[in-house]
Amino acid sequence: MATAEASSNISKVQVRRYKPEEYAEHNYLNVAKGLWSWLTSVDHKRIGILYLVTTTFFFLVGGVMALLLRIELWTPAQTFVDANTYNQLFTLHGAIMIFLFLVPSVPAVLGNFILPIQVGAKDMALPRLNLFSYYLYAIGSLIAVYSILHGGIDTGWTFYTPYSSQTGGAVTSLVFGVFVVGFSSILTAVNIIATIHKLRAPGITWSKLSLFGWSLYATSIIIILATPVLAITLLLLTMERIFGIGIFDPALGGDPILFQHFFWFYSHPAVYIMIVPGFGIVSEIVSTFTRKVIFGYWAIAISSLAIAFIGFLVWGHHMFVSGQASLASMVFSFLSFLVGIPTGIKIFNWLATMHRGSISLRTPLLYILGFLFLFTIGGFTGIALATLALDVHVHDTYYVVAHFHFVMVGGMVMAFMGGLHYWWPKMFGRMYNQAVAKIGCLLIFLGFNLTFMPQFIMGIQGMPRRYFNYIDQFQGLHQISTIGAFVLGIGFIIAIANFIMAIYKGKKAGANPWGSRALEWQIPSPVPPHNFDHIPVIIHGPYDYHQPMADFQLGLATNGHAPAHGAEISAEKQETEE
Amino acid sequence: MANHSTTTPAHLLHHYVDSDQQFDAAKLGMWIFIVTETLMFGGLFGAYIVYRVLYPELFTLASEELDTIMGSINTVVLIGSSLTVALAIKSAQVNNKRNIIINLAITLALACVFMIIKYFEYTHKFELGIFPGVYYEYGGIDHPQAHIFFSIYYMMTGLHGIHITIGIGLMIWLLVKASKNEFHSGYYTPVEIVGLYWHLVDIIWIFLFPLFYLID
Ligand SMILES: [Cu+2]
Repeated sequence: MATAEASSNISKVQVRRYKPEEYAEHNYLNVAKGLWSWLTSVDHKRIGILYLVTTTFFFLVGGVMALLLRIELWTPAQTFVDANTYNQLFTLHGAIMIFLFLVPSVPAVLGNFILPIQVGAKDMALPRLNLFSYYLYAIGSLIAVYSILHGGIDTGWTFYTPYSSQTGGAVTSLVFGVFVVGFSSILTAVNIIATIHKLRAPGITWSKLSLFGWSLYATSIIIILATPVLAITLLLLTMERIFGIGIFDPALGGDPILFQHFFWFYSHPAVYIMIVPGFGIVSEIVSTFTRKVIFGYWAIAISSLAIAFIGFLVWGHHMFVSGQASLASMVFSFLSFLVGIPTGIKIFNWLATMHRGSISLRTPLLYILGFLFLFTIGGFTGIALATLALDVHVHDTYYVVAHFHFVMVGGMVMAFMGGLHYWWPKMFGRMYNQAVAKIGCLLIFLGFNLTFMPQFIMGIQGMPRRYFNYIDQFQGLHQISTIGAFVLGIGFIIAIANFIMAIYKGKKAGANPWGSRALEWQIPSPVPPHNFDHIPVIIHGPYDYHQPMADFQLGLATNGHAPAHGAEISAEKQETEE
Repeated sequence: MANHSTTTPAHLLHHYVDSDQQFDAAKLGMWIFIVTETLMFGGLFGAYIVYRVLYPELFTLASEELDTIMGSINTVVLIGSSLTVALAIKSAQVNNKRNIIINLAITLALACVFMIIKYFEYTHKFELGIFPGVYYEYGGIDHPQAHIFFSIYYMMTGLHGIHITIGIGLMIWLLVKASKNEFHSGYYTPVEIVGLYWHLVDIIWIFLFPLFYLID
């Protein structure tokens, strides 16, 4: 198989055109009925939906905690919860949003659902492993829920030692839950890499792989290399709590800084685990809604890998004030700047794609425009934070909080919402209410800025993060931030309600409502149980808007000889439509 | 193509074109998982390096408490089991079903021998009072941080032991399948990927053995 990929032999196959059925009466949603059929299905689409439901639940839980935090910060002194509860709230908000929502969201929800279709496969490479990884995720999150109900955790999501090895509460069980969830994301990554390598349909060479696929590929590499280090760190922390093994506890001869090195060796790349799949969504949506060949295909594809690679060399920028050697700090600072280059390459390529395109401002593109605006601010403030002198000033202030939320919510969540609005008609065969969706998008954008812009200002003025009380001068900015958080929350509620309404009341969407050239739009909506009735033949890339639509609707004739997957193809068309 | 072939073999899942593709995908998946495992142990090796640099004399002193003979026997046992698991794969390739079972059974037995020896090593240390972390109460090593060496020792050999135990479970699973005649030259994917896993466990031990037992 590997030799076929490498060779440039062009195989000729007889193909014929098929136009996708608009609305598939027989689809993955109604192929089997009942909750049990969902919980035991190895179909990648159903597993994607399971993830969607579960991650959305945890997104709402984490969101409610954020709102409680913001209410508490309405006044400088205690407002309605005590200090200990406040500590638990910000810890759980961070841990739930990161480990139970952001990390699995795009790869496990949209990656599971869309990737196999984009590579022309009938499922992920290892379907049973896929279901197993969902159950690992479910078990890990149940353990996390148990920890919240039995003692809570007040360490912050970073679990810094020696505090985390000494404080009471359910740290051990939460850490174990995160450990299990980590293995779930490792198995998802294994599946994604195996799918991309081994299951590409005839004609999908590496240069015709979707950019969403490339971004998932880069993400999976990061997951494979970083997550096991988090796993072992958390295991060591657990042993520290149970046996007092003394690896991280200075009182026992250990080194607490070692924990920070271990933790950030995972957790900085983890930021890219969360954001890089979002980049993939942006590429898909920008190309579809500007009707243009993506500008700089290889630059976008390779810059994801570059981010993955450089991302492993910058963890020390979290430790500028932890007593790290100043030479190390300088090197980490410089390397952190370097991440800006591949990220900038992406931004410019997306802008160049939009330049003189025929832009249609549908909801998915609106979210992506929001992404470009907010993520650029998040990225630039990240560069600012990587400078040594400035970081010492704003370290552990609201400036860091605001920067992180600009990247994670303004970047990742905006891209995820854009992706959901983009693929929702493919997933459920129904179109949501466009006007309501745009209102939701607008509220999210405005609410977000209202929440986090004041936090930049507070951070520069010295408001420390994680504080229960604050001095009176910050009250005005805190109140603006709290109001913004509610606007943001209402925006999300509207968007989610609109999605749910669409399933029951929405108009039938048709196979290709956006007129996209990408492969997933050339099959009926909702997706049929096995995705493809005809093995698809791919002769153009997914962004080739200068080619006629008919060229993208090709299936292998039954008497044709199947060439090895991934091989270059030139088709001899027969104009027999079905 | 799988969807209109009349002779689809029983093991072939519907979304693969042919057995080769299925085999390749499973094998690639296992290789990626091996990379993950390497990084996971890599974290522990990192901790080992940090503390060996911090307390070099501790590692020399404490290493003498470990039983080099037991460790050597275990090394030979594991290398032998790697050989037999490779022979099991070879037997599958040449369709010798009896030899698959024999070689898997020997591998299983060797894995159990390893764990039994490990059990005696651990219990001997517990008798001396060498427990991990704050429970450490042995007075025979003249170093204030002696517990750290054994914490790392228990973490690394313990995690490795868990991997051996999982391997034992996998071998039993393979034996059940092999006794039902499920493996033949056209299909032996589970044997191959468990074999890969077993080699990984073996190689990790080959690093652990000199790093703990052979310091002086
Ligand atoms: Cu970082």
